[in-house]
Amino acid sequence: MGSFILRRLWQGLLVVLGVTLTVFVVTRVFGDPVSLMLPLTATAEQRAAFAHEIGLDRPLLVQFLGFMRDLVALDFGNSLWQRRPAIEVVFERLPNTLLLIVAGLGFAILASIPLGIIAALRPGGIVDRLTVSLGLIGLSMPQFWVGLLFIVIFAVQLKLLPTSGMGTPAHLILPALTLGLTPLARLTLLVRSSMIDELNQQYIKAARAKGLGLSRILGVHALRNVLISFLTLTGWELISILAGYTVVVETVFAWPGLGLTAMQAIQRGDLFLMQAIVFSIAFLIVLINIALDIAFKMIDPRINLN
Amino acid sequence: MSTPEPLLEVEQLRVEFETRAGIVHALNDVSFSIAKGETLGIVGESGSGKSVTAQAVMGLVDLPGRICGGDMRWRGRSLLGREGQRYGRSIRGKEVAMVFQDPMTSLNPLLTIGTQLCEVTERHLGLTRAQARGRAEELLAAVGISAPARRLGQHPHELSGGMRQRVMIAMAIACEPKLLIADEPTTALDVTIQAQILELIAELQQKLGLAVILITHDLGVVAGLCHRVAVMYAGRIVESADADALFTHPAHPYTQGLLRSTPSLDVVEERLASIEGTPPSLLDPPPGCPFRPRCPVAFHRCLEMPPMAPVIAGGEAACWWAMERALPENAFLGTAD
Repeated sequence: MGSFILRRLWQGLLVVLGVTLTVFVVTRVFGDPVSLMLPLTATAEQRAAFAHEIGLDRPLLVQFLGFMRDLVALDFGNSLWQRRPAIEVVFERLPNTLLLIVAGLGFAILASIPLGIIAALRPGGIVDRLTVSLGLIGLSMPQFWVGLLFIVIFAVQLKLLPTSGMGTPAHLILPALTLGLTPLARLTLLVRSSMIDELNQQYIKAARAKGLGLSRILGVHALRNVLISFLTLTGWELISILAGYTVVVETVFAWPGLGLTAMQAIQRGDLFLMQAIVFSIAFLIVLINIALDIAFKMIDPRINLN
Repeated sequence: MSTPEPLLEVEQLRVEFETRAGIVHALNDVSFSIAKGETLGIVGESGSGKSVTAQAVMGLVDLPGRICGGDMRWRGRSLLGREGQRYGRSIRGKEVAMVFQDPMTSLNPLLTIGTQLCEVTERHLGLTRAQARGRAEELLAAVGISAPARRLGQHPHELSGGMRQRVMIAMAIACEPKLLIADEPTTALDVTIQAQILELIAELQQKLGLAVILITHDLGVVAGLCHRVAVMYAGRIVESADADALFTHPAHPYTQGLLRSTPSLDVVEERLASIEGTPPSLLDPPPGCPFRPRCPVAFHRCLEMPPMAPVIAGGEAACWWAMERALPENAFLGTAD
């Protein structure tokens, strides 16, 4: 297990290095940070001065080494928009996003397992058909629309919950629900179908012949086998939320997280802040993947890294 | 042989499976009983209802299948109905245990051998984890697995097929059951391992005074181990007799065919005899005796379902032809109508 984790960390490091290189190449070689960040009216002298200031007139290799050195120190430069270190902005906003994700995805995970299991107990029964239909509806609704719908119903009409912003736990409910709805639908359908598969396995029959109770058969024998595909999909949900869906939900609910900040950074042409955000998200995604692989290995000892 | 009080009695058991194509009559009026220490062989080809019988006893018949008639009694108490099902749950895994056909798929791939062994005794005997592990080690040693303490921490994929079947057997005997149902326990194993597993079952039977129901399509296995044999065909028991009698004087034409199609070392044959035709569809069985379309001695009487009746060698068979030969004074049966 130890060598497994070490190897996986080493692989992760390589990926992070790859991400770094990509970010560097895309922004310095293909893009032109100077014209992106200076107003169109800037003179050639102003451009040259700015390029010199942020080090763009140095050779590429020197730039890359400098870029790497700054990265190790988590120095992404100052945000042009906020006039303070970009990484500071990331550290300030990231917890808000993580809170939203933990609430939304946590809700989806906790609800999908019992829902999927109940549906799988009687495939084709009423509960099963209801679950599948609702699941498909949940999958088909775009999040920006669901968010607006929730605001109209629960905030504007019923006046039960705040429309947007962050502060009290009540502020969290609508955005978390909006964020969690699609994963909930997808995860429930997955738990249902893999549970139906598992319950038809020979070892489940054997477990029943051993006279074990239903909760042990479902919770230990079947669920453990469902967990592999469940974790895979959960990981994918988590990553796609981090890399995109939070932007939508945070924008709709004006949730002051990293997604909303990313939108604002793009609108303001804030290259350094954008870089800091992209790099942090990429780093998180690599971490998540490593954590998932370790979890897989713990659940299924047959898995190895080849 | 005196007949002690039977452990398990199955009476006129019927099992149906509802499918899109119609109702499959998997078991039709299956009756048998087994007493302490006895070995009953159930033989028949694929689809004859052997495994469904075992599953019915173990309460494993799932929708779309259902038990729709007859009764099963364990030590005199019914296993059917609401009350019976509760009783069934309390004895399955404890007093009646089962070994499955394929040890590769019958063990949960993600749980250690130890976990899967311990959960049986923890549930039925109320052992603590530590006690259960001690018991699990004893059990593994009892089924001839070396280094049992180390095996407890291993997963099924680290064990060979024969070892896994030994683990399955260890699990089955964990609570010292009275009846062991072995559903083709050696089919998925290498020939050399097969003999070892059968020896193990026979040895445990002696030691623990187990009754064993051995389900197989291998008549050789039956001959070596069983006291009594029931032959199944198309969801029915067509002949049941003491093993010796069955092998020397098979009464039912199907049994005769089966024996003829079993290779023997004593007789040199160019080609092995086979039974012509295929078993009938259980979806829409032909009227009368199910073996009639393939039977070399069928006559008009066979359009009517024959009851189980005594035959010459001492057993019972469901066959008009055998019945006639058993009771010459009843010869009119064949010529009636």
